[in-house]
Amino acid sequence: MLMTFDYGFTDDQKEIIKLAREIAEKKIKPVRAHYDETEEFPWEVIEDIRKADLFGVYLPVEYGGFGGANTEMCLVSEELSKACGGISLAVTACGLCAIPILLFGNEAQRQRWLPDLGSGKRLGAFNITEPDAGSDATATKSTARREGDYYVLNGLKNFCTNGEAAEIYIVFATVNPVRGPRGITAFVVEKGTPGFTFGKKETKMGIRASSTYELIFENCKIPASNRLGSEGYGLFVAQATFDFSRPGVGSQALGIAQGALDETIKYIRNRKQFGQTVISFQAIQHMMADCAMKIEAGRALLYSVNRTMDKIQKEAYARAKESGKLVYEEMRALNPGRVTKYSAMVKAFCSDVAMQVTTDCVQMCGGIGYMRDFPVEKYMRDAKITQIYEGTNQVQRNEIAMMMIKEYASQMVQKELLKV
Amino acid sequence: MPLNIVVCIKQTPATGSVSIDPQTGDISKEGISYAISPFDEYALEEGLRLKERFPGGATLALTMGAVRAEEILREAIARGVDGVYHLCDEAFDGSDTFATSYILSQGIRKIEEERKIKIDLVICAKQTNDGDTGQVGPGLAAWLDWPNTAYVKKVEQVTDTLLRVHRMMEDGTDILEIQRPALISVVKEINEPRLPSLKGKMAAKKAVIPRWGASDIKADPALIGLKGSLVEIAKRQSPPKRAGGLKIGGATIEEKAKIFVDKLRELKLL
Repeated sequence: MLMTFDYGFTDDQKEIIKLAREIAEKKIKPVRAHYDETEEFPWEVIEDIRKADLFGVYLPVEYGGFGGANTEMCLVSEELSKACGGISLAVTACGLCAIPILLFGNEAQRQRWLPDLGSGKRLGAFNITEPDAGSDATATKSTARREGDYYVLNGLKNFCTNGEAAEIYIVFATVNPVRGPRGITAFVVEKGTPGFTFGKKETKMGIRASSTYELIFENCKIPASNRLGSEGYGLFVAQATFDFSRPGVGSQALGIAQGALDETIKYIRNRKQFGQTVISFQAIQHMMADCAMKIEAGRALLYSVNRTMDKIQKEAYARAKESGKLVYEEMRALNPGRVTKYSAMVKAFCSDVAMQVTTDCVQMCGGIGYMRDFPVEKYMRDAKITQIYEGTNQVQRNEIAMMMIKEYASQMVQKELLKV
Repeated sequence: MPLNIVVCIKQTPATGSVSIDPQTGDISKEGISYAISPFDEYALEEGLRLKERFPGGATLALTMGAVRAEEILREAIARGVDGVYHLCDEAFDGSDTFATSYILSQGIRKIEEERKIKIDLVICAKQTNDGDTGQVGPGLAAWLDWPNTAYVKKVEQVTDTLLRVHRMMEDGTDILEIQRPALISVVKEINEPRLPSLKGKMAAKKAVIPRWGASDIKADPALIGLKGSLVEIAKRQSPPKRAGGLKIGGATIEEKAKIFVDKLRELKLL
C-alpha cells in the first residue's frame, strides 16, 4: 500500500490544499501556456482565486483572513505553483505586501489595507530594488522628503513584482541620504497617487505570467500616515518581512519542482526507446529518486520552519490585539530570537532543489523536454528566479553564516562547547 | 424580480472510478467513489448565477439519496446555496424515474411549506451520468404541473411572469418563453461551474442538514420505491468492447500518409 506522508496538517489546512489543488488543475493548467507565451496578467485566474478566498489564508480573521499564518500561505503557494509558478506569484506577492503591514502597521494602517489584500480585492506589491541597489539595499537612492503632514517621494524603483496590476505598494526610500542605511524608510503608496507612474515592463525568462515593472516617483506626495514603522527603520522592516516571506519562495520552488516531476514521470512511463519504457532504465530511476528525495527533504524543512513561525506570528498577533502595540513589538517581547537563519535555509535549499529537479526533468524527457509545446521546460525557466529574488541564494548563505558566527561567538555557546 | 430556485442534484459514482461487474452487468460497488453528477454542477451554477442576476431570492439544493449523499449537499453549500434538503428514507430505495420525480415533487412542496415561500424555478441537469435517462426533470415538471423546457443553454430573461430561454437543438436553437413557475433542465453549454470557496467549505462543514423521510413529505407509499416504480429491469448488459484503433507510425507526414493509404487499401476502403 502506498502512503501519503502525513505532515500533521489540520483539517482546515487539508481543505486549503484540496481547494488550491482544484484551482491549479481546473483553472490554471489549461491557461498557463497562454500566459507564459503572451506575458499578459492572468486576471481571470486571479478572479477564481479571489472567489475561492485563497488570498488571505494567512491573515487574522479580523481582517477578513482565515486566521492562518505562514503554513497556510505556503500551502496555497505550493499547490498553485505545481501548475504555474508565475500565476501563483500574484498571490504570494500580495503576502509580501501584507506581512510588513501586519508586523509594523498600527491598527489604523492594518484596517486600511489588510482586508483588501486578504480578499484579493486589491493586489499588493513590495519593491525595495533599484537599478543600483539589488542585493545591496543600503544603496537605496530614492528619497522621501518630509513636508508637514506629508512625504514627497522621488526616485526610480525596478523589478516590481505585481507592478501595474497591484494597487497597494510597499516601497523604500531614504528620508536622509546622509545617514546611509539608517535613513531608509518604508512607505505604503497607493496606485493612482499623483506623481506615481509605471515605467518599463520587463520581459523575462520565466514566471512570465507575473508582471514586473519599474515604478517611477516624481514629487509623489503621500500622507505621513502612510509611513510604516519609524523613520530610518526601513531596512529593519524589510529584513523582518523577509524572515517570514522567504519560506513563501521555498514553497513556490517546491511546487515548481513537484509539478515538473509529475509531468516528467507521466511522460517517461509511456515513452519507449530501445523497446522499453524510459522509466524502466535504471539511470533514469536514479534521477527520479534523487528528485523525489530532494523535494521531500525540502518539504520537511519548509513545514517544520513554518510551524515554528506560525506559533510566533499567532502569539504575537494575539498579544498585540490585547495591548494595542505593534505585532513586531510583541514578537520581540516574546523573544524567540530572529528566525532569519532558518528562513534563509528554507529559501536557499528549496530553490536550489527546484533548479536541480527541473533541470533533471528536462533531461529525463530528452528532446521533447526542451520544446515549448511540452510543459516541462517552463518549469525550468520558472525555477531560476527562486534562486534570485528575495535575496540571491548567495545572500541567503551570507545570512546563515552570519547567524552561525554570532551564535558560536556568543558566550553561552562558548560555555556549552567548553563543557564537552 | 427575485427568484426562489430549487436545484435538484444527485450523488453518482465518480467518473473514472467506475467498473462494471461482469456477473450482474451492474456497476461494481468495489473501490467506487461518489461525487455530484457532473451535469448537475451546471444546474447548480445556473441557480447561483440567477440568484446573483436577480438578487433577493433563495437558491436551494435538493437531493434524494442514501445517507452518504449528504456530501454533495455540503458541496452545494460550499459553492454558495442558501439552503439544502436531503430526502432520505429506505422506502425510497429502488425508485425509478417515475417514483423519483414524484418524491422530488413532494420534497419541493415541503420546502415551500417549510420556508413559507413559493418556488419560481426548478433547475435540473439534462441527465445524470449514471441512469442517463433524462426523464427526471420533465417528470418532475409533470408532477408539479408546471411547464418545462429541456436542453436549456441560456436563460436570457426573467420577468414577473415569464422566462425566456434558449433550447439547444441538433439543428439550431429554439428561443422559448415559458410561464413561471417552471422547470428547466440545462446542458453543459450553459455556463462554467465555479469552484467552492474556503469560507463556503467551512460553512458546509458546520451545516446541519435537514433530512426528510417519506412521511415528512407526505409521500403516497404506493408511488415510491420499488413498489411505486413502473420500470422493471429485465437484464443488464454491457455494450461489446470496441477494438482498439490503429496508431499510424512514420517519421514524416508523407510517410504517415503512405502508411495510412496502404492500410485503407488493405481494408478495401479505397
